[in-house]
Amino acid sequence: MYPQSFEYVAPRTLKEAVEFLRKHEGEAKILAGGQSLIPILKMRFASFGYLVDIGGLQDLHYIKRDRDSIRIGSLARTSEIEESQDIRMNALMLAEAASQVADSQVRNMGTVGGNCVHGDPGNDLPSVMLALDAIYKVTGPSGTRDIPASEFYVDSYSTGLGEAEILTEIVIPVIQHGSGGAYIKQRRRAGDFSIAAVAAFVSINESGNCGVARLAVTSIGPINFRSKKAEEFLTGKKLSDQNIATAAQLLVDSVEPVADPYGSVEFKKEILRLVGIEALSKATDRALGV
Amino acid sequence: MSVNKIKVTVNNKVFEEEIDSRLLLVDFIRENLGLTGTHVGCDTTNCGACTVLLDGKPVKSCTVFALQANGKSITTIEGLSHGKEMHPIQKAFLDKNGLQCGYCTAGMIMIAHWLIRKNPEATRDEIREAISGNLCRCTGYDSIVDSIQEASQNMIPEEEEDITAGQRGR
Ligand SMILES: Cc1cc2nc3c(=O)[nH]c(=O)nc-3n(C[C@H](O)[C@H](O)[C@H](O)COP(=O)(O)OP(=O)(O)OC[C@H]3O[C@@H](n4cnc5c(N)ncnc54)[C@H](O)[C@@H]3O)c2cc1C
Ligand code: FES
Ligand code: FES
Repeated sequence: MYPQSFEYVAPRTLKEAVEFLRKHEGEAKILAGGQSLIPILKMRFASFGYLVDIGGLQDLHYIKRDRDSIRIGSLARTSEIEESQDIRMNALMLAEAASQVADSQVRNMGTVGGNCVHGDPGNDLPSVMLALDAIYKVTGPSGTRDIPASEFYVDSYSTGLGEAEILTEIVIPVIQHGSGGAYIKQRRRAGDFSIAAVAAFVSINESGNCGVARLAVTSIGPINFRSKKAEEFLTGKKLSDQNIATAAQLLVDSVEPVADPYGSVEFKKEILRLVGIEALSKATDRALGV
Repeated sequence: MSVNKIKVTVNNKVFEEEIDSRLLLVDFIRENLGLTGTHVGCDTTNCGACTVLLDGKPVKSCTVFALQANGKSITTIEGLSHGKEMHPIQKAFLDKNGLQCGYCTAGMIMIAHWLIRKNPEATRDEIREAISGNLCRCTGYDSIVDSIQEASQNMIPEEEEDITAGQRGR
């Protein structure tokens, strides 16, 4: 299968890339790892006049640890996230999710940036970014700006990113002592997208109850989203099995999945409830250090 | 058609060509370079028959544009054997019945090469996880896992560095 013809450009600097995108707005598409874009082009679901390959912008290829945050260049590969000691030590749930994306080959080619901005609600990393309250740093014709992950996802394949804007960096706060996160994904076969997956983050306050709870969902509905109802319910409460089960039920009550080859509506709801419980329980254990 | 220049190192040889921007890496390897050991099974990123090493790491070459490999180094199955002498992984697949029709084999061997370099003591579960993006429709995975385990005892990872390092083109 072959895509429609396109002009290929490989800018040498970020500035050059943004300039090209601005000049050819509407006709040009960014190519990072290509693991989502190339299949779409090959099946001719879409075509573009120009592909702007940003793969050579080495300045966007890094994983750095500051005092309170981890900064990930958008071109870091999914496999590098999975293997990074900094991420394993300070944001384990992100490594956990990265290791469950597709297969080794796709993870070696696919980038974190591409995974997060593609806008496919089946992608795993956006949910983790939501649960960790990540900030997306983008550069466009009018300079740079920060977009919180929580405001980024608009609809399937539709995000807060302008057409000539490039995601350059993702900033995630280090998971502190007394906090914990987990990513639980249920899939039919190795390498598949999930039937449902949940990213859970919780912190424990001085009274031993839940301080902050953030719960994000993959593969159910048009976007990766947080369940405010479940989060509000948990805040200030004991993270007991009973309360976790109630939160998972609130999560299920707030969604309307559609039946597809991954399963019926009822089946998806039940899977979501179970992964919700498991993610919250594991996050709680990690926050408590057990 | 939009023509672009590409310079890549494939199995330690440098190639410079002008190609259509749409050309997929797997077709560049098979059609332009005539290296037909790399196969196309599904053409949709599912089967892993097209797995090659790009700067030492396995990727599915049906889902990479040849131009994305510009300036990089590629290793295919043809780059592993020394002339007529089989590579230890090839030998292990033969000894442990790791293939029947052989369609998936090049991809399996390329991913095994990366796994053994990364983790010479990989357990059976780790091997299964590593090859989860590679489908075999006839042998069954047990003997493929046997083959990779056997190979991990005979391959010396340090001796493999020069195979994947290439001479950086750009
Ligand atoms: C067989 C298969 C299975 C998969 N399974 C999973 C899975 O289980 N979980 C999962 O999460 N993903 C899965 N994926 C998707 C994969 O993880 C992709 O790599 C990822 O979604 C996109 O990353 P990329 O770098 O390849 O982006 P590309 O395909 O190059 O780009 C994707 C989109 O993002 C845009 N883009 C990329 N980078 C930037 C940037 N820096 N700034 C602005 N726009 C940008 C592109 O213009 C394009 O619209 C799967 C893919 C395949 C082929
Ligand atoms: S041919 Fe590339 S994955 Fe099947
Ligand atoms: S040996 Fe026939 S597909 Fe694997």
